[in-house]
Amino acid sequence: MTHGPGISGLILEEPLLWEKGKQGRSAFSMPEQDVPEAFSEIDENLLESGIDFPDLSEVDVVRHYTRLSGWNFGVDTGMYPLGSCTMKYNPKINEKMAATPGIAMAHPLLADELSQGTLQVMFELQTFLANLTGMDAVSLQPAAGAQGEMAGMLLFAAYFRKKGEKRTKILIPDTAHGTNPASAALCGFKPVLLESSPDGTLDVQTVADLMDEETVGIMLTNPNTLGLFEESIREITAIIHAKGGLVYGDGANMNAVMGIVDFKRCGVDVMHLNLHKTFSTPHGGGGPGAGPICVVEKLQPFLPKPWVIKTGSSYHLEYDCPDSIGRLHAFFGNFSVLVKAYSYILSMGAKNLKKASQLAVLNANYVRESLRDVLHLAYEKPCMHECVFSDKIQNEYKITTLDMAKRLIDHGYHPPTIYFPLVVPGAIMIEPTETENKDDLDQFIAVFKDVIREGREDGERLRQAPTITKIRRLDETLAARRPCLVG
Amino acid sequence: MRYLPHTDTEIKEMLAVTGHDQLEDLFTHIPEECRYQGEVDLPEQLSEWALSDHFQSLGTHNSASSTKAVLLGAGSYSHNIPEIVPSLIGRSEFLTAYTPYQPEMAQGTLQGIFEYQTLTARLLGMEVANASMYDGASALAEAILMALRIARKKRTIAISTAIHPRYREVVRSYLQAGSFTIIELPLTKDGRTDLSGLQDIDDLAAVALQSPNFFGVVEDLATAADTIHDIKALFISCFSEPFAYGLFRNPGACGADIVCGEGQSFGMSQSFGGPGLGMFACRTKNQRTIPGRVVGETVDVDGKRGYVLTLSTREQHIRREKATSNICSNQGICALTAAAYMASLGGTGLRRVAKLNYDKADYLKKGMVQAGAKLLFSAPTFNEFALTFPNDFEPARKRLLDKGIIAGMGLGSFYKEYEGAYLFCATETASKAVLDAVIKEVQS
Repeated sequence: MTHGPGISGLILEEPLLWEKGKQGRSAFSMPEQDVPEAFSEIDENLLESGIDFPDLSEVDVVRHYTRLSGWNFGVDTGMYPLGSCTMKYNPKINEKMAATPGIAMAHPLLADELSQGTLQVMFELQTFLANLTGMDAVSLQPAAGAQGEMAGMLLFAAYFRKKGEKRTKILIPDTAHGTNPASAALCGFKPVLLESSPDGTLDVQTVADLMDEETVGIMLTNPNTLGLFEESIREITAIIHAKGGLVYGDGANMNAVMGIVDFKRCGVDVMHLNLHKTFSTPHGGGGPGAGPICVVEKLQPFLPKPWVIKTGSSYHLEYDCPDSIGRLHAFFGNFSVLVKAYSYILSMGAKNLKKASQLAVLNANYVRESLRDVLHLAYEKPCMHECVFSDKIQNEYKITTLDMAKRLIDHGYHPPTIYFPLVVPGAIMIEPTETENKDDLDQFIAVFKDVIREGREDGERLRQAPTITKIRRLDETLAARRPCLVG
Repeated sequence: MRYLPHTDTEIKEMLAVTGHDQLEDLFTHIPEECRYQGEVDLPEQLSEWALSDHFQSLGTHNSASSTKAVLLGAGSYSHNIPEIVPSLIGRSEFLTAYTPYQPEMAQGTLQGIFEYQTLTARLLGMEVANASMYDGASALAEAILMALRIARKKRTIAISTAIHPRYREVVRSYLQAGSFTIIELPLTKDGRTDLSGLQDIDDLAAVALQSPNFFGVVEDLATAADTIHDIKALFISCFSEPFAYGLFRNPGACGADIVCGEGQSFGMSQSFGGPGLGMFACRTKNQRTIPGRVVGETVDVDGKRGYVLTLSTREQHIRREKATSNICSNQGICALTAAAYMASLGGTGLRRVAKLNYDKADYLKKGMVQAGAKLLFSAPTFNEFALTFPNDFEPARKRLLDKGIIAGMGLGSFYKEYEGAYLFCATETASKAVLDAVIKEVQS
C-alpha cells in the first residue's frame, strides 16, 4: 500500500463557544473611558437588556480557534485537486501587502486626493486584467464570480434596452456552473439548455439552431467545465453576433490560458475572472472572492460605476456614467482581495503567468495519462488544466466516486470535485494546478491507484471511509430534514 | 519563480508521459485565431523585496498612513481589533480552505460558521442566520428579493430614504431587471422614517428600514413593526453598524421578519471598503427561502455531533435557474472573523464597547452643539449624527485636515436637500483629545 501524508494524529475535542466560558471573563482590552458616561439619558424603551454571548478569556478564544483549525484542511496543508476551483498556493507575501497600514486603514469615502495609493492599485489592476484577457475595459466591483456573472447579465439587459430590443432568452450549455443559469434568471432571462456534443464540446450547428433574435446571446465557459477547449468558439461567437447577440465568457478556468488565449479575438464580449482562483487569493473556507468583469469597448459605458481613470499623474473615480448598470457593492468590491491579486501579478510578470498556465495544463495532462488505465476517462479530447474521469469501471464492483473520494481523505488528500459536471455520471474532476510538483503528483497518483485496487479487493474499507478524521461520514439527510442552524 | 516548482528535468519527464516534446505542444489544438498575440503587456516581475518597497510607497500615497484620526463612518467604521482575531483567523488551515464541500476535512470551518450563525442570530434577535452575503448592500438587495418570493404576487416594496444611499443604489441594480416598484419613504423632522403613507400603497410586499439609519438615528423599530404588520407587509430591518445592538434593542426583539446588514465593524479592517460581511437572518418559518449557504448540525455514522452545509436544494448548484440566489462564494473568512470578534468581546464586552461608542459620539455631539452647530435631527443617535453650521464648516474641515484629522462628510453629494450638513462619527477609537480638537476648531 502506498501511503499519502495522512496518518492518524492527535485530535483535540473542543465544545461550541457557548458551552464554555464564565460570565465576567474577557478577551478584549477595554479602551480608556476618557469621556463622561451618557447612555443613562437614553429612552429605556429603546434599550437592549443584554446580548447572550459567552464571556471568554483570551486563552479560551485562542485554544478554541487553534483546535478548530486542526480539523481543517487547506492548500497549505496538502494537495487540494478540486476541479474547477483552482486551489493553487496562496502566497504569504500577498497577505502582508494587503495589510500595509496605509491601505488596510483606508476609509472608502475620502476625497480622491487622499486615496491616491488605493486608486492607483485599482487603476493598474484594471489595466493588467484588460491586458491579460485581451479585453478593453474592466470593472473590479463584483465581489465574487457569481456577482460578476450577474453584472454581465445586467450589462446584456442594459445594452438591448438601449438598442430598444426586447430579448428574453439566453443559451447556456449543460456543462455550465449552476451560477450561470441562476445569474441569468435573476436578470430576467430564460435559460435555454444547450446540449454538448458527444466529444464534450459545443456543436456549432446546435448553437445555430437555437440562436434567434429573441435570444440575448450565450454564456459559455472556455476552457469548459470538462477541462476541454471549445475549439469552435470563433464560429459560435460569429453565429451569436450575426443575430445581434452578445457572448458572455465565464472566466472560471482562466488558469489554463493566461497569455495563451485572447478572449476578444475569440469573440467574447463580457467575461468575469475569479481572482480567488486564477490570481491566487485564498478562498477563506468560502470567501471572500472577487469577480471583476472585462468587456469590449462598446459595452464599457454600461459597466458598474464608478471606475477609476487616470488624468495626468493622478487617479480619479468616475461617477458620470449615465448608461451604467449602477452599483453592485456599497464601495469598491472586495478591495483587499484586489490588492492580493495585484501583488500576485506583480510578483509573477507576464512570462511566469504564461508559464503557470502551461504547467497547470501539463500537470492535468500528466495526471490524466497516469490514471487513465485505472479510471474511465470521460472524454478523449486533450485536456487543459483539469481532467474528468468517472466511476464507470468501479461501479461493476459497487464502488462509487464518493467512496473513492472519502478514502482519499484518509490518505491526506482533499478529494477532487465529484459528481460535477452533471453530464458525466459519477464525475471525478481533477485540477492539480501548477503549484504541485512532480513528486507530490506521483504520490497522489500512486495513492489513487491503491485506493482503486483496495476498492476491488475490500470494498467495505472504502464505503466506511474516512476513518481517521475527527468525524466520519455525516447524515446530510437528517441535517436537511430537521434543520438545526443555530445552537 | 518560487511559486512554480517544476525543474526542467521534471518538465521533460512529464512531457514524455503526456506524449509532447515541449510545453507549447499542449496547446496545439487551440485555433490560431484565438491565440494571444505576443507577450502580455505587464510590468517586469518584482522580487519579494522590491514588491514590499512598492507597497510602502503606495501606502504613503494614502492619507490613512499620515492621519491621526478619521471621524467618518457612513458604512465603514474604525474599531479596535484584538490581535488574537487576525492571528487566529489568519491561520492557513482556515484561510486556504475552499467552501466546505467535504465536511470530514472542514469541521473547523463548519463549526466556526455554525457558531457565527448562532452569535449573529442572538445579536439580531432572530431565529436563524445564513453563512454570510457579500456586504450590507447586497444583503439588503437579497433580503428584498426574498421578501418578494415570500409575498408571491405582490410587486411593490417601500424603502426608507434614510437607508444608506449606496445600499439603495445596489437594491436598484439588483431589481432593475424585474418588474418591481420601489417606493422611497420620506423622513419626519426628527430623522426617523415617516410611515404615515404606507396605508395608501397597494401591492406592498415589504418595507425596509435601517437602524441606526444613515444619519445615525435610532428608528423606533417596535412601532414600525406594528405599522408594517398591520398592512400585511414584511418588515426588513437593516444596519451598517452592528455595535448598536450591544446597547439598543435589536430588530428581532422589535418584530422584524428579515434582518440584514454590514458586519465590517466586527473585526475587519476598513480596507477601502472591502471585504466586509453581509450578515443575514430571518425567522425559522422562512428558512427554506433564505439565500446563500447555511451550516447545520447533524451526526456522523458513529452518532457523533458534526456540521455540514445544508438546505442545498435551495441553491444554484442544484436548483440552477430556480435557486433562491445565485450566490456561491460568500465572505467565509470574514464571517469567521466576526465570530472570533464577538467571542472576544463576550456579552459583557459588547455592552461595554457599545456604551463607550455611545459616550464618545455623545461627547462630540454635545460639544459641537455648544460650539454653535445645530443638530439636523433630534431623535437619539448611535455613533453618528448630522450637523448643520451657522457658518460654512468647510474652512474648519480643511484646517483639521492639515492637523491630520479627517472630520465630517458633506451630505450634499448624497442628499441635495441636506447640502451644507455634515455627518460625523466617533467610535471607541477616537480619543478625547481628538474630539476636543474638532470642537475647538468649530468654536473658533
